[in-house]
Amino acid sequence: MSTITDTRSTLTGLTPLPPASGRAGFGGALRSEWTKIRSVKSTVWTLAAAIIISVGISTLGNWGQASHTSLSAADLARRDLVQRSMFGIMLGQLVMVVFGALAITSEYATGMVRTSLTAQPRRLHVYFAKLVIVTVIAFVVGEIISFASFLIGTHFWATKGVDLSLSSHGALQAVIGGGLYLDGAALLAFGVGAALRHTAGTITVGVFLLFVVSIIVNFMPDSWQADIDKYLPANAGGQVWATQHTADVGTAFGAWAGFAVYICYAVIALLAGLLVFKRKDA
Amino acid sequence: MIEAVGLTKRYGDRLAVDQLSFSVKAGQVTGFLGPNGAGKSTTMRMILGLDAPTSGRVTVGGKPFAQAAYPMREVGALLDAKAVHGGRSAYNHLLCLAQTNNLPTRRVDEVLELVGLAAVAKKRSKGFSLGMGQRLGIAAALLGDPQVLMFDEPVNGLDPEGILWIRNLMKALAAEGRTVFVSSHLMSEMENTADHLVVIGRGRLVADCSVQEFIDNNSELSIRVKTPELTKLNTVLTDKGAIVRADGDEALLVTRLGMTEIGDLAFDNGIRVHELSPIQASLEQAFMELTKDSVEYHAAVPAGKGA
Repeated sequence: MSTITDTRSTLTGLTPLPPASGRAGFGGALRSEWTKIRSVKSTVWTLAAAIIISVGISTLGNWGQASHTSLSAADLARRDLVQRSMFGIMLGQLVMVVFGALAITSEYATGMVRTSLTAQPRRLHVYFAKLVIVTVIAFVVGEIISFASFLIGTHFWATKGVDLSLSSHGALQAVIGGGLYLDGAALLAFGVGAALRHTAGTITVGVFLLFVVSIIVNFMPDSWQADIDKYLPANAGGQVWATQHTADVGTAFGAWAGFAVYICYAVIALLAGLLVFKRKDA
Repeated sequence: MIEAVGLTKRYGDRLAVDQLSFSVKAGQVTGFLGPNGAGKSTTMRMILGLDAPTSGRVTVGGKPFAQAAYPMREVGALLDAKAVHGGRSAYNHLLCLAQTNNLPTRRVDEVLELVGLAAVAKKRSKGFSLGMGQRLGIAAALLGDPQVLMFDEPVNGLDPEGILWIRNLMKALAAEGRTVFVSSHLMSEMENTADHLVVIGRGRLVADCSVQEFIDNNSELSIRVKTPELTKLNTVLTDKGAIVRADGDEALLVTRLGMTEIGDLAFDNGIRVHELSPIQASLEQAFMELTKDSVEYHAAVPAGKGA
């Protein structure tokens, strides 16, 4: 019984809220989404994993290739060592897919989305606040991965007499591009996640689009590949973290044209996600 | 404060909520009663804009909830205590909600204190018991000091102390002039808490009245008369238009005739009466009687349990 009397006295004892003017808007939604993402271990660990896996694979790859190559420094310099130095992005993109997916699907898996939308029923605020937070975090983590991979890689190639630095031809754009590519992977997954509301399904679609599609196209007739290949998300997006833009088959896009095509996939997914998030019962 | 007009929700070919119109007033606890699957939760989700009505509309304080300037200051709701991310601490859960409505951070500590979760504020809610989860949900509902509070089956699975706590909280909130709308599938629960009832069955409105009216309209008062002269009394009462049933070997259950009239009639006819007592059918029975045609999934009722 003591609990009850306590409750009553405390209830009336709550300090009244200061009066508020205006409306609950985008700023509050942004702060809220930032709190959400930093306060669960799964997102923090996913991002840590993205960095460790990507930079780790890049380092191993560079070390292995640099120590086993029989090519001369001049021959090596003709290759796209910048892109090669960031090889870990190939795996890192999958972890970024998981991050982008979880940012939205975990709300559905736990039911939190209903609590979120009760606090802020203006759904566009919630969607775009999440989108901004995911974009910024994935960008920062992506750039950490690409810069760390590249800078570590340059040391291995230096032992082979190749002088590689951010001022090398196209290097800076490609390294920044590496982070952008990873950001795009997270955004693609976020959009798909908002549309599907299901973690495993979203990750499957993300992996399919970024990985499996390329494998399937490889089994198509050469003449088809020439037309299709450059439009595949990974191939189009891959141009932005490369310094050389001639694909094996067909003609590749330039760095930014390729990135634009790649981002189109993300934008389509994000629009589909927006539509579902706005319209469908939560 | 809450007003639903012709609210309808259709899932495929099933009508979950069917032309529901009712209003919930401030300053009292309004019980939202109906068997499982009657459409209570769906209705509450539509009030909050989580589900869009197929037709009809519902407003809170005169406008759709989504248009509220500060939604959390308008409505605090606990629909599902499990609708939290278990990996987040109680404090951070409340903080991320408070931030959406620009509520001061100290408010988080205050409501945690109020519901008795201050000691576990930094713990992840995954490890919370049912009762603690419920308290966290209530803390979230109270964050914005809202004028309207909605609770969906708040006492489900709680221990007696928790039930009492919630009951008193709801009464206290209503006494402060707030609108309190609470759903339950148990009439007995509402009997002690609610002032007003909105009863639905299969998505349709069955009753919208005060608890007293509900009792008066739906549970007939009968009088139990114990007498050694059953047959004689039966004849006398039946002649006066009473409906009489046998209650065991020594008593009659009489309806449609008051206690005074029965006593006088017995005296006038020289019939000895050993007991004369009013029997009120329980609200639970009245509720079951009222909604028996609208229960969605019937269980076979064991024979011999007539109402």
